Amino acid sequence: MNTIFLYSLAGLATLIHNWLGKFISSELGLHILELAIIGLSLIVFLVLLCFFLGYMERRVAAFMEIRLGPNRVGPQGTLQIVADTVKLLFKEGLTPNSSDKFLFNLAPFIMVIASMMAIAPIAFAKDFQIYDINIGVLYVSAISSISVLGILMAGWSSNNKYSLLGAMRSGAQIVSYELSVGLSLISIVILSGSLSLGDIVLSQQNGWWLFKGHIPILISFVIFIIASTAEINRAPFDLAEADQELTGGFNTEYSGMKFAMFLLSEYINLFIVSAIAATLFLGGWMPFHIGGGPSSFNHIMDLIPSSIWFLGKTFTIIFIIMWFRWTFPRLRVDQLLNLEWKYLLPISMVNIIIVTLIAIMGWHF
Amino acid sequence: MAFLVNYFKTIYKTLKSLLTGMKVTGYYFTHLREIHTEEYPDNRATLTMFDRFRGEVIMPHNTDNEHRCTGCQACEIACPNGSIKIITKQELLPDGKKKKRIDTFVYHLDLCTMCNLCVVSCPSDAIVMGQNFEHSVYDKKTLKKILNNPDSKLMAGVE
Amino acid sequence: MRGLIEENIITEDGEFILNIGPQHPSTHGVLHLKVWLDGETIKKIEPHIGYIHRSIEKMSERLSYRNFIFATSRMDYLAAHINNEACALTIEKALQIEATPRAKFVRTILSELTRLASHQLWWGCTGLDLGAVTPFFYAFREREAIMAIMEETCGARLTQNFMVPGGIMTDIHPNFQQRTKDILEQIKGKYKEYDDIMSGNVIFENRTKGVGYLSKEDAISFGVTGPTARASGVSCDIRKWNPYSAYDQVEFDEILSNGGDCYARYQVRMKEMRQSVSIIEQLIDNIPEGDFQEKTKMVIKLPKGEYYQRVETPRGELGVYLVSDGSANPYRIKYRSPNFSNLSVLPAIAKGYKIGDLVAIMATIDLVIPDIDR
Ligand code: SF4
Ligand code: SF4
Repeated sequence: MNTIFLYSLAGLATLIHNWLGKFISSELGLHILELAIIGLSLIVFLVLLCFFLGYMERRVAAFMEIRLGPNRVGPQGTLQIVADTVKLLFKEGLTPNSSDKFLFNLAPFIMVIASMMAIAPIAFAKDFQIYDINIGVLYVSAISSISVLGILMAGWSSNNKYSLLGAMRSGAQIVSYELSVGLSLISIVILSGSLSLGDIVLSQQNGWWLFKGHIPILISFVIFIIASTAEINRAPFDLAEADQELTGGFNTEYSGMKFAMFLLSEYINLFIVSAIAATLFLGGWMPFHIGGGPSSFNHIMDLIPSSIWFLGKTFTIIFIIMWFRWTFPRLRVDQLLNLEWKYLLPISMVNIIIVTLIAIMGWHF
Repeated sequence: MAFLVNYFKTIYKTLKSLLTGMKVTGYYFTHLREIHTEEYPDNRATLTMFDRFRGEVIMPHNTDNEHRCTGCQACEIACPNGSIKIITKQELLPDGKKKKRIDTFVYHLDLCTMCNLCVVSCPSDAIVMGQNFEHSVYDKKTLKKILNNPDSKLMAGVE
Repeated sequence: MRGLIEENIITEDGEFILNIGPQHPSTHGVLHLKVWLDGETIKKIEPHIGYIHRSIEKMSERLSYRNFIFATSRMDYLAAHINNEACALTIEKALQIEATPRAKFVRTILSELTRLASHQLWWGCTGLDLGAVTPFFYAFREREAIMAIMEETCGARLTQNFMVPGGIMTDIHPNFQQRTKDILEQIKGKYKEYDDIMSGNVIFENRTKGVGYLSKEDAISFGVTGPTARASGVSCDIRKWNPYSAYDQVEFDEILSNGGDCYARYQVRMKEMRQSVSIIEQLIDNIPEGDFQEKTKMVIKLPKGEYYQRVETPRGELGVYLVSDGSANPYRIKYRSPNFSNLSVLPAIAKGYKIGDLVAIMATIDLVIPDIDR
């Protein structure tokens, strides 16, 4: 343990905690200060993350489209997103005259807050979690559905028919896909026997659920990826935005920083969904081990810091979701619901039964 | 039963077609040499336009500052948008005869549609299409050009 | 809701009116569609046109017969060659001359290259309209190579103005044949990719199959032409029925389909690309030697009378109706543009479908707005 102490984020957190403890004697004061630090660092982390995801998306898209993508600002265009953000900051945040001004301005904040809240129970590394709430899975799926509120508010208050249509579409979409997401999460909960994300990671000590859980878990993994792509309104399920049909859908009327906040929340959602998928199905920060394999291999895997494992898995899934986006055409609104109610939901229901059977009989590894 | 078979067939076909699509994009993602972007302002030094590219109408002059334009105004008539205006003058030739010569060949680049009609209509091949395409300017007035150089003369032998 | 009714956005039947365009990403130009919607379902469409009217027909009346051709490049800017060719053919018809054999061959090759480029762009835009951005760039890669041929031989990429009465403006570039052959090879290799990423994609199939059904009767009565009509089983290829230039010397199939839906229109265009490739392949090595231009008078004067010539553009039948009073300028020119007729059928076939389908229908009808307004 001591050998990797230096790399580990948990070690860093403890270090800071102890260091602060020297100066502040009162328990409450320490807590408040630490919460403030966590909040601040979280915001910084998320903004940086969104910068990176924005850059990554544009580069991935460009390479798939035989283009170069942004490569002017900064080395290899890495600062492009910063430049764009600055541009958005200086743009006029227009509020349409006939809109419901209060809701119009509130909506982007709701979106961002909803996305940021969902990050709390995610285990970034070994013993490094903002809040290991014992109903983590439930919490995440509950919080993530708040974002539909933001979209509906944005769409309604804009007083724009495109926005309204977009919002209505996304309402139907998110509510239905929530079910499949929930059911595929439950399949893991059944196997691991816990709702806490920390415990779920620990239950994958001897192998990731994707490998341990046989085909049914593979199916729920695929369903989770599809359904959560839909839930975060990304192509091919971006009906709420649907540039070519609704000219931007619910965010048609937004500009400047308010528009940027929708982007921010989209990327945070993308990260959260991928992080949840990585945690539940791919073992979170757990290193990759081969059960009966040579112990030296497992040892080398252990040397890689747990945060790298977590981020690596998460970004792999993010990449796959981006890959979807830049390959497929968009579904139509009725086909979207067909897909959910005729395919994903029945399959995941049957799947749940099989998973339960596996769990009861102890057939998983 | 048939329903179930169909159901799973659809799922299989769906997944297969989606993966085929992803294979194509995945191929390009991993084969970066297929990238087709031309980085325009950077490749300026090496960028050559095709020799027939119509960028603007120019009037070539030789080293003695002589052009071939006789001032016959065929190009002015041929131009569909009136981009060309030829102002002629009477010049006293050394042998004492008066002869029509061009004073100014006014060319409105902002009106020109690069249709090439003036060039093909010119009986003495006095104007050609130039390859320069970077015409953006801040002042619209600068797009009105005078094609004959100052003090230029008609080339000998051109009538 | 009160505000919405007050502004009369919702009709008494509970339908509401959505103005799609004139600035909208998938109208491909300044087309304004007034759409009555019930939820997402389209009840009625009213196209409003005229936003890009440049009065090309009227303008042509004061231009000479040599000069007015250039303006037709700006009608259907994706088929500039073919528009120019139509005008040149009309004048030739009136003068009772014919282009030289070499010019005929080159015209046909260039027209088919234009058709390829146009269909290429259409393919990309269809993907784009349906939400797949990537095909757009793949399409442009091949189109770019065709554009390079145009640029090298004609000097311009879109508005070539290369067809003149009696032939072509200048002789072809020495590299023309080699370049054309190269691009044909390249395009032939890409068909599979096109099919993989779009044609075979299940989402794409679902979006287009059974959508925007256009019956044969409707196609005929609305005057729909081109691939859109052929996808409904109307045989209307001018190249077959009324061959001009060198089309009577090549073998090709008129692609017909009975589907009538967006998918059929898509397939017809995809197959037409293959036909174009085959037409060019038949011609490219056999371009006859000789003059590239028939001698015409400096100032063309057409005999008094009315002349009509039609050609097949990538979007359908383009007719040039020319009235001459014997002077050096046309007395009246009327273009029968394919897109105008094709647009007229949109309200009929989009009714009852969703907004997403409207986009797919517009994409597969392949509207070019400047051609509608002229
Ligand atoms: S290229 Fe055409 S528009 Fe331009 S000056 Fe010559 S004739 Fe006129
Ligand atoms: S450029 Fe040619 S056509 Fe025009 S006036 Fe001079 S000689 Fe005549």
